[in-house]
Parts: sequence; C-alpha cells; structure tokens
Amino acid sequence: MIQGKSLISINDFSKEEQIDILNLAEEFEKKSNRHILPNHVIATLFFEPSTRTRLSFESAICRLGAKYIGFSDTSSTSVQKGESLRDTIKTVEQYSDLIIMRHPKAGSARFASEVSNVPVINAGDGANQHPTQTLLDMYSIRKTQGALNDLNIAFVGDLKYGRTVHSLVMALCNFNCNFYFVSPQELKIPTEIKYYIKERNLTYSQFTNMNEVIPKVDIIYMTRIQRERFSDPLEYEKVKNSYILNSEMLYDTKPNLKILHPLPRVNEISEDVDNLKEAYYFTQALNGVYIRQALLTSILGAKL
Amino acid sequence: MITELKVSAIDNGTVIDHIPSKSVFTVIKILDLEEDENQILFGTNLESKKYGTKGIIKIKNRYFKEAEINKIALVAPIATIIVIKDYNVVEKKHVSIPDKVFKTIKCINPNCITNFENVAQQFDVIDKKDVILKCHYCEKITDKKNMVFI
Ligand SMILES: [Zn+2]
Repeated sequence: MIQGKSLISINDFSKEEQIDILNLAEEFEKKSNRHILPNHVIATLFFEPSTRTRLSFESAICRLGAKYIGFSDTSSTSVQKGESLRDTIKTVEQYSDLIIMRHPKAGSARFASEVSNVPVINAGDGANQHPTQTLLDMYSIRKTQGALNDLNIAFVGDLKYGRTVHSLVMALCNFNCNFYFVSPQELKIPTEIKYYIKERNLTYSQFTNMNEVIPKVDIIYMTRIQRERFSDPLEYEKVKNSYILNSEMLYDTKPNLKILHPLPRVNEISEDVDNLKEAYYFTQALNGVYIRQALLTSILGAKL
Repeated sequence: MITELKVSAIDNGTVIDHIPSKSVFTVIKILDLEEDENQILFGTNLESKKYGTKGIIKIKNRYFKEAEINKIALVAPIATIIVIKDYNVVEKKHVSIPDKVFKTIKCINPNCITNFENVAQQFDVIDKKDVILKCHYCEKITDKKNMVFI
C-alpha cells in the first residue's frame, strides 16, 4: 500500500511497490495530462538549487492538475534566519498534502519524514539518496531491455560519491542483476554497497578500464568524475580521459546495449555518441516526469 | 579472590565484570555514571586469568534495564552483568550487542543531519561480530575504530 507513505530511500518501497510505480508510469507515458489531483497542494522545498529535478517535479504536478508552493533556494526564507529543519517542516505540513524536499545534508529527508504528518518525497539528501532518480533509471532500463531481471550492468565513473549509482545498485539487487564497477582507484564503490550486494548473494566485479567491460553488458550507466573529488590533482589529470565514452569504443557491443546517464553531462560521453542507437540518456530524463506523476498519484491515493 | 579484595564487595546493586581494561572509562561514559549519585567502585588493569587484564565496575543500589546495559557490548563484548542482593548473586548474564543503538554514538559522516540539527542519533547494527553500525539517517557506516561516544 503506497498511499500515505513517504519515499526517502529506495528500499522504503518493496519490490512489488516499485514495480507498481513503474507500471503506473507507463500509463502516464501514454497520456501525461490527467487532472486527477485538482484539490491538492504540494510543497516543493529545495534547500539547495536543483533546477532539473525541481522542474521535473513541477511539470509532473501541473500535468496532474495539482498546485504547488515552495522555494527553489533558501536565500529568501526563514531558513536563512536560522530556522531549524524541524520547524520548517512543522510549518509547511500545515499548508500542504505532501512535501517534496531537496536538502544538502544526508539524512535530512528521513528526519523530515519522522517530523511531518504528511508524506515526504526525498528529491536528494546530500550524498545519500535520490529515489525518484532510481525509479526513473529502473523505468528506463526496463523499457529498453524489456525486463529488469538478470541483466549485466556496468557503472562507470565516480562510484564513490555517485548517490544515483548507490541507490540504483540497491534496487537492482532485487532483480538478480550482475554488476561491473569501473572507476579510478580513488572513486571505488563504497563498502556499504558491497556489503549490500554480498548480503544478497549476488556478484560484482571491479575494473579500472571500461574497454574490457563494454562487450559484456546490457547497460552502461555513466557518471561524471569531478576534479574536486581527488585529494591529489595529479591523480585526476592521469585518469580524467580514461573514463570518457566515445563512439569508437562501441564497435563490439551486445545488440541491446543502452547507455544511461543521470545528467548533467560534462564530457564523459562524447557528443558523437548522442546519435547512436545506444544513446538513451535524453529519453531517460523525460521518463522522470512519468515516474513522478505515478508517485504523486499513488501516495496521494488518486485513481486514473 | 584478588579482585574482590581490590574492589570491595557491595551489598546491593550491579557488578559489571570482564570489561577490557582500556574500555572502563568508556563504559562509565556510556552508562552516564558520572551523573549517578550512588556509590560507584571501579578498578582497571586488574589481573584476569582468562584475559590477562580486565576492568570491573560496581554500582551500589542501581539496576539496569537490558536495553540500557547492552549498549556497553559495543566496547565490552564479553562483559558479565552480576546483580547483587544482600551480598548474594541473584542474576548473572552476558551482554549482547543490541539491534539498534540510540543516542550513544556520533555519526562519522560530517555531512549527516544528526551533526547539524537536534536529531537523536540512531544506528542499525548490521554486523554484530565486527560491530558495524549503519546510521538510520544518512545510511553511512560507522565501525568499531571510528566510534565516538557522546
Ligand atoms: Zn549519519
């Protein structure tokens, strides 16, 4: 039962509930404008700016006929005057039926959901979780592969700080997937995630070079490597070009291979890949609106 | 027994035995014994046949709830809790690491909400053998060597 639930970490929803959301999102992909929440007010609290995520949520809200209130950064709010997160949430819950929140501190969304009487959707809490991104990634994978089960999936780039990677790996553990982690030494997948995979008797392998992985996988999930993540700038210079995907690297691939990226991209996928049939990252972003429509509808208990 | 001579017996209360010597003061902190007004006797670096050295704490007229005392298992996994009434041992049990740990440890993640807002720290114990805790809020792991008691 999703109605009334908060979504903070992808695991807050069971595998069945996640699939329900994906199925409902398919209906919204067929027909997106459905004014089924005309009497609802939804709060969008962005304690740090994230234009993409906010617009995707606001588009989903509008297409459902609901209204939204909120802020896109904290500069003109009482947060700037030192108001606690608890007090902000206790105030906003009075004005709204659901709270969507993005916050720079990890764990803030979980805390908000414990304080709030209305459901909370986490739109990113620091480096921790971003479950709506995870659902849209799952949707994109299922759509391009036909199913989520038994896939070989490569994650490339910054696997240490990339929260989208962490949540997606956790979600895919429910579907018996096999993971290839490709990253520089300094940005390897964290212990928490390795534990999680091992606990479920699944397998992963780690690489520093993506070329040997490309022919084996169904999905390549690219992420951005940021210079500021490296303690030694020289290390960054050494590795920065080894994690750029270009069309020449895609000569020997599985026919069903698709390339995903949570966006924004900097240079980790060359533009010459954009027109290949393997490139899926722009469609992937659009799927986010359908996923968010499906979530709002389910949590607020509306019917199609 | 030598230990008994060094740390004299109590008539009523709780004895915590087999504490690793280096953890005695941490146990005092975890149980908030500094605030306790009962008579407290403790010894550390005492001889122990089994473990080389050990520490012991005796708290007069104080009895602990299981959830309260089990927290010390994080630093004293083999501690024995002995309940004394009229100089007699009425109960003897071992501590065991709880499934959840509340308000005891600081989260290692500097960006965790518990280090900024007035939020009670809460951890799930995901590995009892190696003592690995996962923050309920930021979901990061704090392990044995990074535990800071509050
Ligand atoms: Zn934490």
